Amino acid sequence: MSVINDHDPVTEIYISSAMPGDFFALLKPRVMSLVVFTALVGMMAAPGEIDPVLGVIAILCIAIGAGASGALNMWYDADIDAVMSRTKSRPIPSGAISKSEALGFGLILSAFSVAILGLAVNWFAAGLLAFTIFFYAVIYSMWLKRATPQNIVIGGAAGAFPPMIGWAVVTGGVSLESVILFAIIFIWTPPHFWALALFKSDDYKLAEIPMLPIVAGEASTKKQILAYSILLAPLGVAPWLLGFASIAYGVIATVFGAAFLWFAWRVYKMDEADRKMLPAKKMFGFSILYLFVLYAALLVESLLPKLLNLIGIA
Amino acid sequence: MKPIELTEAQVKSRRSRNIAIALICVGLVVMFYLITIVKLGPSILNRAL
Repeated sequence: MSVINDHDPVTEIYISSAMPGDFFALLKPRVMSLVVFTALVGMMAAPGEIDPVLGVIAILCIAIGAGASGALNMWYDADIDAVMSRTKSRPIPSGAISKSEALGFGLILSAFSVAILGLAVNWFAAGLLAFTIFFYAVIYSMWLKRATPQNIVIGGAAGAFPPMIGWAVVTGGVSLESVILFAIIFIWTPPHFWALALFKSDDYKLAEIPMLPIVAGEASTKKQILAYSILLAPLGVAPWLLGFASIAYGVIATVFGAAFLWFAWRVYKMDEADRKMLPAKKMFGFSILYLFVLYAALLVESLLPKLLNLIGIA
Repeated sequence: MKPIELTEAQVKSRRSRNIAIALICVGLVVMFYLITIVKLGPSILNRAL
């Protein structure tokens, strides 16, 4: 039982009622699962080998680091999360966790994930992870998000680093291949988020976040979505063109890239009066599938020879 | 001096958090053990006494 001085009003003392699940929600588990997946692809696609135990620990560190940056983002953005329908049930605005708890949690996990990755694997990968956390929490959340409609263009780099970190875990460095893996997610992020911002623009307006549809208008956003999609479609095929993926990957990337363009074209042609914005919703859904399929194809291609080798076929 | 009476929800959540922290500590011990074995291997025993 705790004991306090009579002069301290009991009402001023905060006693947490947060459950472990609330802290887990601070890590943005859905974003974390995407980070785990893309980092795993980077790790598997990289030339060279890593001990499986260290590989699992590296993925865990990258996941926790990504989760920590999510917690720091929720700490900083608690005020705007409270007014947006998509985010108002998050642990801080819902009252489950205090801001200081989230800050402490995020900082401790950041330090632990970077230190363990550095000690167990290599300090280059750990440095990249530290930079990713800094980029998401400080550059994106604290600076760009509320300052410019280009917030998610530049901030998208934070989500694009995990495959590069996975690659660095195995090779200890960066190469053209890992830059391509980074670039695919980097160029994919703006059309993905702007499709969401189109049909959630009321939310962003309420929170006074300068998303492109609010600042530049829907017509300009649709043009930008199309422009980035035109860049993305050939970039998705680049792993095959540069020779680090097979023609099977090339065919998949071409088909899905063409479909991405078609969805972007449908958004571009979407009527201004259409408030249901079905094409934008479909594009948002397809963009997630697109990234998953491309990275899954790369994962299968990198795992297949290893599996065949393991069972003695190749 | 006035004692603070925790509510049932606060006691329950504190117990849950304590269990979670204990599990994480055990996980860290296992992880550090595995890292040591993988990185040093049998040479961990190969030292001057």
